[in-house]
Amino acid sequence: MNLPLIAFYVAAAVLLVAALRVITARNPVHAALWLVLAFFSAAALWLLLYAEFLAVVLVLVYVGAVMVLFLFVVMMLDVNFDRLREGFWRHVPLAGGIGALMALEMTLVLASREFGAEGAPSPGSPPAGFSNTKELGRLLYTDYVFAFELAAVVLLVAIVAAIALTLRRRKETRYQDPAGQLAATKAGRLRIVKDEPPTVDAGQGKAE
Amino acid sequence: MIPLNHFLVLGALLFAIAVAGIFLNRRNLIVILMAIELMLLAVNLNFIAFSHFLGDPAGQVFVFFILTVAAAESAIGLAILVTLFRNLQSINVDDMGSLKG
Repeated sequence: MNLPLIAFYVAAAVLLVAALRVITARNPVHAALWLVLAFFSAAALWLLLYAEFLAVVLVLVYVGAVMVLFLFVVMMLDVNFDRLREGFWRHVPLAGGIGALMALEMTLVLASREFGAEGAPSPGSPPAGFSNTKELGRLLYTDYVFAFELAAVVLLVAIVAAIALTLRRRKETRYQDPAGQLAATKAGRLRIVKDEPPTVDAGQGKAE
Repeated sequence: MIPLNHFLVLGALLFAIAVAGIFLNRRNLIVILMAIELMLLAVNLNFIAFSHFLGDPAGQVFVFFILTVAAAESAIGLAILVTLFRNLQSINVDDMGSLKG
């Protein structure tokens, strides 16, 4: 048994256990943390497949950004999670049955002689000096440049949508209105009134 | 070296676990989103395994785009979740029947 195979089995075992804990954890914060572990194990598996760039991106983007977002949301919402778990054990037979059925079907397909995945020759390790990142970048900026720009648009739309969905204007908060500030004129703000001192009644002195 | 079948079976098991997770936690919207992330991870694992064994880096480009779209999806999904929680004080899927769908 060689070292990559041992590493594969360790990472795969950790990945499966972490995935099982994600779906069975009582507390969603724990589920999110188990999901972080699952992503780390998957990154290790991707490294075994010589996909270094994507392994790093998985840790940076998924663990660093998406999972932190999940944790933020889970901790921000004050949810009674016990009520959400009602009926959990009632669904176990159905869920386990369907999951086992899917895994069995897929394994049968993969084990069949016609699929022939076991005969796929292993390409071995890439030559020395081969840069996975360079190769991906070359493909991304030449053959897939249109898809790349579309992905950028998708991200922009996601930013706008996420902000537009969660932006909330409170009644009691005071906001500046730049258009109103710019449209202000002197006439609208300043009114000069003539303030004369009250005139003393001239007739009174004469009567004395 | 590690045979291709190992990765494919692992991907299938991961996907099956994620589907079972959606059935198990069908009231909890947050865990459903996490199960979707697990599914995408299984798909990405298959893509990268095939990319390696066929010697075609286009599979890795696909994974790159899947990661992008999944990040956008989870950001919007969580934004919808926060808005729903503000309006309903709950993230229970059963409470979200106002469209009578």
